[in-house]
Amino acid sequence: MTQPVSPPRDTAGKIGPAGRPATWRSLSARADVRTLSLLGVLAALVVIGGVTKPDEFLDTRNLQLVLTQASVIGVVTVGMTFVITSGGIDLSVGAIVALASVWATTVATQEYGFAGILFTAMVVGLGCGLVNGVLIAYGGMVPFIATLAMLASARGLALQITDGKTQIVTIDSVLRLGERDSYVLGVPPLVIVFAIVTIVGWLLLNRTTFGRRTVAVGGNSEAARLAGIDVRRQRLYLYLLSGLCCGIAAFLLIVLSGSGQNTNGNLYELDAIAAAIIGGTLLSGGRGTVTGSVLGVLIFTTITNIFALNNLQSDVQQIAKGAIIVAAVLVQRRTARTA
Amino acid sequence: MAPEPPLLSMSGITKSFPGVRALDGVDLDVQAGEVHCLLGQNGAGKSTLIKVLAGAHQPDDGTIRWRGEPVTLRSPIAAMRLGIATIYQELDLVEHLSVAENVHLGHEPTAAGFVVRGKAARTSTGGLLKRLGHPEIDPTRLVGELSAAQQQIVSMARALSHDVRLIVMDEPSAALDPDEVDNLFRIVGDLTADGVAVVYISHRLEEIRRIGDRVTVLKDGRAVAGGLPAKTTPTRDVVALMTGRDVEYVFPERPVGEPEAAPVLQVRGLARDGEFAPLDLDLRPGEIVGLAGLVGSGRSEILETIYGARRPTAGRVTVEGRTLRPGSVRSAVRAGLGLAPEERKAQALLMLESVTRNVSVSSLSRFSRAGWVDRRAERAAARAAVRELSLRPDNPDVPVRTLSGGNQQKAVLARWLLRGCRVLLLDEPTRGVDVGARAELYAVVRRLADEGLAVLLVSSEVPEVLGLADRVLVLREGRVVHTAPARELDEHRVLDLVMEGSPAS
Repeated sequence: MTQPVSPPRDTAGKIGPAGRPATWRSLSARADVRTLSLLGVLAALVVIGGVTKPDEFLDTRNLQLVLTQASVIGVVTVGMTFVITSGGIDLSVGAIVALASVWATTVATQEYGFAGILFTAMVVGLGCGLVNGVLIAYGGMVPFIATLAMLASARGLALQITDGKTQIVTIDSVLRLGERDSYVLGVPPLVIVFAIVTIVGWLLLNRTTFGRRTVAVGGNSEAARLAGIDVRRQRLYLYLLSGLCCGIAAFLLIVLSGSGQNTNGNLYELDAIAAAIIGGTLLSGGRGTVTGSVLGVLIFTTITNIFALNNLQSDVQQIAKGAIIVAAVLVQRRTARTA
Repeated sequence: MAPEPPLLSMSGITKSFPGVRALDGVDLDVQAGEVHCLLGQNGAGKSTLIKVLAGAHQPDDGTIRWRGEPVTLRSPIAAMRLGIATIYQELDLVEHLSVAENVHLGHEPTAAGFVVRGKAARTSTGGLLKRLGHPEIDPTRLVGELSAAQQQIVSMARALSHDVRLIVMDEPSAALDPDEVDNLFRIVGDLTADGVAVVYISHRLEEIRRIGDRVTVLKDGRAVAGGLPAKTTPTRDVVALMTGRDVEYVFPERPVGEPEAAPVLQVRGLARDGEFAPLDLDLRPGEIVGLAGLVGSGRSEILETIYGARRPTAGRVTVEGRTLRPGSVRSAVRAGLGLAPEERKAQALLMLESVTRNVSVSSLSRFSRAGWVDRRAERAAARAAVRELSLRPDNPDVPVRTLSGGNQQKAVLARWLLRGCRVLLLDEPTRGVDVGARAELYAVVRRLADEGLAVLLVSSEVPEVLGLADRVLVLREGRVVHTAPARELDEHRVLDLVMEGSPAS
């Protein structure tokens, strides 16, 4: 039997740190342009906030509030970023957050205390993600339809569990997480969770085989299949991941509001998709950025905060959000064409 | 009396797409009332040419004259206004609309400018269908309920609903029974008798003999022969023009003597109903085996079935004694198979990604520990593979979409090289590769074989199979009709085998 052909048999392929070619630098520079422009928008918003409401907007408490609000939707958006990068969509995230938050706050669950709530929220999220993933990956359903069905059923189940009532959390250790004295160096624990999810998500997408496979499936699923990737299993994992993120977000929401409600997470799917898209993730799949998604979330949350501080109605906010989405996508198409 | 200018005269038409020059200075003259046949292999540029003619592609260079006047076909509507209609191979009908609605799509008879006069549309559609010899098709039926042949008639009725002077038919007989083909030819005869010109595209030489007046042969984006008499040009000459070499390819030398090692790939009784008959095949390390045959002979289907991308209806594939799970690409890849598919962009490449990531995608586990990718090792290995195949530019960080066709193909080969594959399945490896870059690709494939790789090669270019392969299997209609060492065959012999039984040979 002959040897398998294995190319890296000499050291010619080794490259020193000085061997970074010019194109690599321009590639990374281009990626940075996108991130920098998002940072620029965020900075501009902070300036606007600081100018219009100097005392209130830049107040530490307000900034803590903005980041805390961003945390819940931010965790959902990180999961959504993976799904969109793979060429899919998850419309059920808001409903899963609602279902997980009410299931984790029933009287029965609360008997098991902190761990019971946390565990239930994550398992419910994973369970919904499993159903989505199996239907899409192995049942051959279109992601839009499968997750739309999940949206409807999870919301319905959440309503059934609560009967429309708010479920108050009575576990002190859970409630304490949301209070000021548990802030670490002024940072709310919820924000720390968001930061951890962001970092783990970034590493997962950019540094692991899981991330590579996600991008390959989204970029060209037929090529990925013919390259030997188990496309279906990858799809299943991705919806599980999105479900897990929803479970974590549900827990954060429980801490934040001290309760579980079937109306939680309303329209999260649209906010998460919008944040991912303005961040630079391609809706058609094949390219995703966790950094961009998180900046997108921060931009949206900051806008909401500035509008609220200036007593502008939510209808104006919605219009502004819509305009930003259109502007961001137009800019992206411009850069994609010149790339 | 001055000679009438041709109805259509295209000259020097050039069209490039990223990485490949699809048309390279093509000339085409069509007279009113003639059937002008366009011949060529897949990828020769036929479809690009008719899309230019239909106004769907804008040429980079060249001029188009219509009845002697220079014209620009800026859009499909502009072409239609001149009287050029195109019937595409993939019929462009709306399944959920009725026959009449499809025929009049875009130019519905209207009252007051916007109210569709359904009855008028149905009446005129009925008339057109009668003229086409199919009065039995009900104009009110949904197109999706019709047979392929009936849909084609509808498509033709749509073309005739305009004041058409030239009809382009792209492989119109492909989906038809012999009876229906006869009807098609009768329609073509009626049209030309009315002075309408027909540009007829087909792979079937006997059809061209029956209805064609003149033939233009395309190859590698050039018209290698223009306006040949369709009835009298010898078949062999026509086929040789289609498949023959127009430059002297330089093929690498074959090793002397037969490979002695045990077969690495064994195919036993592999078959797919309606695609190819049971096939037996042994492939030894260091050996290149070629599958020769015309389009539709089952070449690509065989390759994809061996690779597990299609599920066989019978038979099995064994690699080094291990039987592969039928219909499982992953099982094939794990056992050491690699496929360089015919449609590189659609089936192999991640066009948004760098060369490195395209090359490493099948070997990720090799560069990772616990799912963590060692990007330095990945890049170094990709760079080594890129260098080994002299892929240009030799920078693995550039996006794969910026590479030429030949270098994109090398990126696919590098992927399998890196994976350490034992058996390489090459489907039309030089499709979309510039003629000048082919010799280099041949040299690469031969060198890989010399290093112990087994290669199964499919190509519609007979000289390519004969020049590169050690052993050749000749296919006709999904069946192996001849097996011989390549050096015992020549182009004419292969063409005879490939076409045997067709009436014109």
